[in-house]
Amino acid sequence: MYNIMIVGVGGQGSLLASRILGALYTNRGFDVKVSEVHGMSQRGGSVVTYVRAGENIASPIIAPGDADLILGFEQLEALRWAHYLKPGGSLIYSTQEIKPMPVLTGAMEYPADIPVKLEEYNIKKLAVDALTIATRAGSPKAANVVLLGAASVHSGTDISDWETALRETVPPKFLELNLRAFKAGRECAAD
Amino acid sequence: MEKKMLLGNVAVARGLYEAGCRFVSSYPGTPSTEITEHAAKYDEIYAEWAPNEKVAVESSIGAAIGGARSFSAMKHVGLNVAADPIFTASYTGITAGCVIAVADDMGMHSSQNEQDSRHYARAAKLMMLEPADSRECKEFTKLAFELSEKYDTPVLLRLSTRISHSQSVVSLDSRVDVPLKEYKKDISKYVMMPGMAKKRHVVVEEREKKLREFAETCDLNKIEMNDTKIGIIASGIAYQYAREALGDKASYFKLGLIYPLPVESIKKFAAQVDKLYVIEELDDIFETHLKKHGIKVTGKELFSKIGEYSPNTIREKISGGDVHAATAFDAPPRPPALCPGCPHRGIFYVLSKLRLTVYGDIGCYTLGALSPLNAMDITLCMGASVSGIHGMNMAREPEFAKHSVAVIGDSTFIHSGITGLINIVYNQSPSTVIILDNSITGMTGHQQNPATGLTLKNRPAPMLDLEAMCRACGVARIRVCDPYDLKECESIVKEELSIPEPSVIIARRPCALLKSVKRGEPLAVDEEKCIGCGMCMKIGCPAISLTDKKAHIDSALCVGCELCGKLCPKNCIG
Repeated sequence: MYNIMIVGVGGQGSLLASRILGALYTNRGFDVKVSEVHGMSQRGGSVVTYVRAGENIASPIIAPGDADLILGFEQLEALRWAHYLKPGGSLIYSTQEIKPMPVLTGAMEYPADIPVKLEEYNIKKLAVDALTIATRAGSPKAANVVLLGAASVHSGTDISDWETALRETVPPKFLELNLRAFKAGRECAAD
Repeated sequence: MEKKMLLGNVAVARGLYEAGCRFVSSYPGTPSTEITEHAAKYDEIYAEWAPNEKVAVESSIGAAIGGARSFSAMKHVGLNVAADPIFTASYTGITAGCVIAVADDMGMHSSQNEQDSRHYARAAKLMMLEPADSRECKEFTKLAFELSEKYDTPVLLRLSTRISHSQSVVSLDSRVDVPLKEYKKDISKYVMMPGMAKKRHVVVEEREKKLREFAETCDLNKIEMNDTKIGIIASGIAYQYAREALGDKASYFKLGLIYPLPVESIKKFAAQVDKLYVIEELDDIFETHLKKHGIKVTGKELFSKIGEYSPNTIREKISGGDVHAATAFDAPPRPPALCPGCPHRGIFYVLSKLRLTVYGDIGCYTLGALSPLNAMDITLCMGASVSGIHGMNMAREPEFAKHSVAVIGDSTFIHSGITGLINIVYNQSPSTVIILDNSITGMTGHQQNPATGLTLKNRPAPMLDLEAMCRACGVARIRVCDPYDLKECESIVKEELSIPEPSVIIARRPCALLKSVKRGEPLAVDEEKCIGCGMCMKIGCPAISLTDKKAHIDSALCVGCELCGKLCPKNCIG
């Protein structure tokens, strides 16, 4: 059973990332459920997408303390959802900061030292400068796939399976860009 | 047989295709929208966006009486709008199958309330089916058409956010060709005036009896016997949560047909388990009905009527504990916000600056209510801004109308704002209505509407002329402004408020997320000149922040709309 969460800010491409993971595990013969977010929350709100793969999946959502892996597309979101990980679970997150409106208006502060705060949790962590890596690969929009690349290193899944999932999911005109972003993400995690 | 991962909504659309459905008419509404968008991808299905849910359902019923298998989808509150035709279509029945899908939004991910649409099945005496995953979404849709024809009734298909917006595996079948049925004139069945309707009500009650018998034997409901200490009655996503939480430690009566309920079968199930729980999100509909029939069940004394459940909710309440998780960090919330470059921002800045009472409506622009714009007083339901501002203005002293406006989007205005505007003119109300025309139905993810010039299938259509529409309603004062032009907007709003007559201001600029809208170059702040006054922060743009008394623009987010620059007293944004 794999319980994966993708957390970020509406508009960051969590839908595509979840569909790539859905294709990956379906191709491997697992029963898969992916729970997406549409509508108002997509307008810059905090969004969470769940991907579950296993023999027989009932609930499409993951309970706190049950996630094996969280992909955080933004630091604060990574911190917000970190408690959903199992002890020993993995958090792979982008170092990008997007300030939420209460912070922009000055009503609240963006938490300082997020990597230090994450030390409170009994989890494995990997911070990735996904935005810079994606920009170098061709577009900052591919930061989502950079994180998938980083996640692929310890996924126990062949690189060819990942590439097949990307080919099945990404629109053809963005495929090359996303394959480059995936590879760059994979390399940064292997370091 | 091909297998595919499909979103629940996409699986419903696939079910429409396979069932030989010919006609689909809907109005978009989260979480139901994708059903109709995907139905439109099949050439065999005629699919359209209607101006509102009432028109959509009436069109579908017309198509069904006319002999074609037909369908409408809507969100829970859309069913309120469509309720009128549904209650009487229950009396007339149909010629070919008619299925109406309604998607509830437990937890209000994207809604103004979390009403339970199951009430409608009972109230309108219509069969209601509820799938629990994408496979069932497709299968139940197909079955619903058969049942609709067998029992001569529209059938309701109940969905929810977690079913509609979750993907799981579905096997694809081919389309069954269902020929158009012959339409026969039969006024005793289709003309609902008292003489005929009295007889049809008898037919409806007889049908109810047959449906109750059907419920006892149909294979839409499944019994799964495991450990008999705990028995669970549930449907839809609540069943999945229970299955996840309790596994084989409980026995399940999974309801697929949720109206009418199989009371006798449940009595037998109840006799086989030690303790019986009803797990239903929102209202206590199953529980109340079963208790009425003397079945001892535990439900809302443990489970809330508010919000979504989860497997953990059930673990906590039934198996007691074994919930394990670290403590959540108390992070600043991240509510949704108007997008960078959103044309609504300019208007809301002006309304906020003028300290007006703003009667809002349903759409992206409801976000104008949040800080720092704080430019909305009231939001109720689709179209309520136009009627509401009239009521408020007429109730209060004449001075009040000089400081109050209604704001409503283009799609929402067409949905149900027009009749309110006619009322303003007819009853000579000094009300000012601002139509935020962003040339698309935005919140639900960019659907065409009668004012955009394109149909659901992306074919050209006549564009509804909003100015001509308002003129035809009798409004003499119609103004158009560009919401990026703050000075123009402010002077027009002030002018229209000063005159005690009905007036409409159309703030027109396409949604910044439309592919046809060119993004400008990201702006930057000249930090030397910036005095940190915070004027640019007043528009609540996610791309602008203020750190160490200097404004900063996030170039990844900025689309170069230049609104912030217009507020800068030092002219240092460019």
